[in-house]
Amino acid sequence: MNLLVCLKQILDPEVPIRDFRIDAEKLEAEQGSANLVTNIFCENALETALQLRDRCDGEITALCFGPEPAEEVLRKALALKVDHAYLVENPGISQYGSSGAAMVLAAAIEKLPEFDLIVLGREAGDWGEGQTAGLLAERLGMPSVSFVDQIEPIEGGVRLRRQTDFGSEQLTAQLPIVASITNSDTNLPRIPKTRDIMLAHRKPLTTWSLEEIGLDEQSVRAAASATEVISLNAPEKTAACEFVAGDSSDERINDFAERVFKIIESL
Amino acid sequence: MPNVISCLLPGVDFDRAVEGLLGEADRVAKQLGLRHVAVTCSSSDVIQQYAASHSDRVVSVQSHDDLDYQPESCLAMLDAACAALEPRVVLLGQDTYSQELAPRLGYRLGGSSIGDAQQIDADGDRIRVHRSVYGGKATAVVQANVEPVVIWLRARAFSPEPERPNAAPVETEHFDLDGSGNANFQATQIVQRQHESAAGVRLEDAQAIVSGGRGLGGPEPFDELRKLAAVIGAELGASRAACDSGWVAPGLQVGQTGKKVAPELYLAVGISGASQHLMGIADAKVVAAINTDAEAPIFRHCQFGLVDDYRNVIGPLTERLVDLKSTSNE
Repeated sequence: MNLLVCLKQILDPEVPIRDFRIDAEKLEAEQGSANLVTNIFCENALETALQLRDRCDGEITALCFGPEPAEEVLRKALALKVDHAYLVENPGISQYGSSGAAMVLAAAIEKLPEFDLIVLGREAGDWGEGQTAGLLAERLGMPSVSFVDQIEPIEGGVRLRRQTDFGSEQLTAQLPIVASITNSDTNLPRIPKTRDIMLAHRKPLTTWSLEEIGLDEQSVRAAASATEVISLNAPEKTAACEFVAGDSSDERINDFAERVFKIIESL
Repeated sequence: MPNVISCLLPGVDFDRAVEGLLGEADRVAKQLGLRHVAVTCSSSDVIQQYAASHSDRVVSVQSHDDLDYQPESCLAMLDAACAALEPRVVLLGQDTYSQELAPRLGYRLGGSSIGDAQQIDADGDRIRVHRSVYGGKATAVVQANVEPVVIWLRARAFSPEPERPNAAPVETEHFDLDGSGNANFQATQIVQRQHESAAGVRLEDAQAIVSGGRGLGGPEPFDELRKLAAVIGAELGASRAACDSGWVAPGLQVGQTGKKVAPELYLAVGISGASQHLMGIADAKVVAAINTDAEAPIFRHCQFGLVDDYRNVIGPLTERLVDLKSTSNE
């Protein structure tokens, strides 16, 4: 089975709120001292692909659309033993526009050998809209399923488990298919070995410009601007927590219980 | 004349989110001076009736396979139904299926899509959506430069509108999917559904939630939290750490990587308050926390807190709440 995993690099979502600043001109978060990391759901997607490859052979290609530092997420994927890695360099087009990202990913995918299964993270920890998988499927003319957390090979395709509002669903799917991956206890990202991290830096990694995949900056910008961020604000959060007081643990628990009860009673 | 469309997908139960969805579609239509058409793919009579009394027109989409949701066929039906209505704005809910189809529907309609809306401004030339970004650390206003725009709404972020005096006409449209020659319909099939919670209240709709995290240290303490939750009529939730450790079902997870909830009361027990968790509870009215660490970030986001080990607290707290309940019932 030929697998593709799309990876996105984002600002570390765990950056404390006190260090979070907005670049008012670019309308995005300032990096400041925060790290750039692989989006967590992308790591779950990669883990899902790795587990599937363990069971049915085949190869995994990792693909990323991002600025130069995004090479790091591909190096990490190489350390986890993906077979091929491709970076399409983003010349500074807003990270917001999922339709731009889907356009770029689709163009890169069409340049590569055919894939049976394309996995993406369910949503990114920065803009968090969860649009890219669906948009990519449409561009490629493939079916897609969201919120998948397990994939296993079956005769003629794959069996997918996905999380729903009420629990879970099992789907059977013919290939090719696009799946957006969510996290569960079955796809916790594995940690690369130190030796593999070192080796990953010597593995081949292909970097493409937009022109090399048959696009140009202007057309991607146009696609990305279908939806546009026009303002971005970080509201000041004031610390308003009132710690329940009392000399003894009992008193504090009583106070706490009364506050809880007051709310419950009003429902 | 273009329309504002609300879409109700199969498998969605009637709840606050459905009321809010129809209410917002009504308000957007009014602001734009357009009509509100509800497209229902639902077999629920309650939803059909509610849609008829909260829109200008209902198009009830039927297919031969008794409205069981399947991604590809449902998308094709919605696309056909919406395209025939000249949509300017199409609104969907937060349920799994709506989230799954929203971007694809936007693409098929030749428009754009925006997810997780918390407010919609329709009073200018362009539709603008307010949404929470960067793990709840910021709010963005996003403008749709291409229409129609398909938007899915955060559950409970939108209020209902009063019922209309006259019910809207309901038209039924049948779709013969086999005849349309699209090979993709059979490409995916949902073959089994497993319902996790018998209670049936979705976390997104819960009025009160008691949630446990890493600090609980294992699956057993969650039984105590369940008892506490039962006493105050709350649903049980959990942090990602607790779900990833397999202590509770993944469906209970609250946060950016789980459910985004909006209860009147969110009680966090042994949850430190990682950014991604806080994003999931940004819409909670009152957050209260029990944690051993007074410096835990959760305390910067809650109205009242108790610094103590949950082991000393949950039992007595549950008893005290039982007492308070019985006293008030007398």
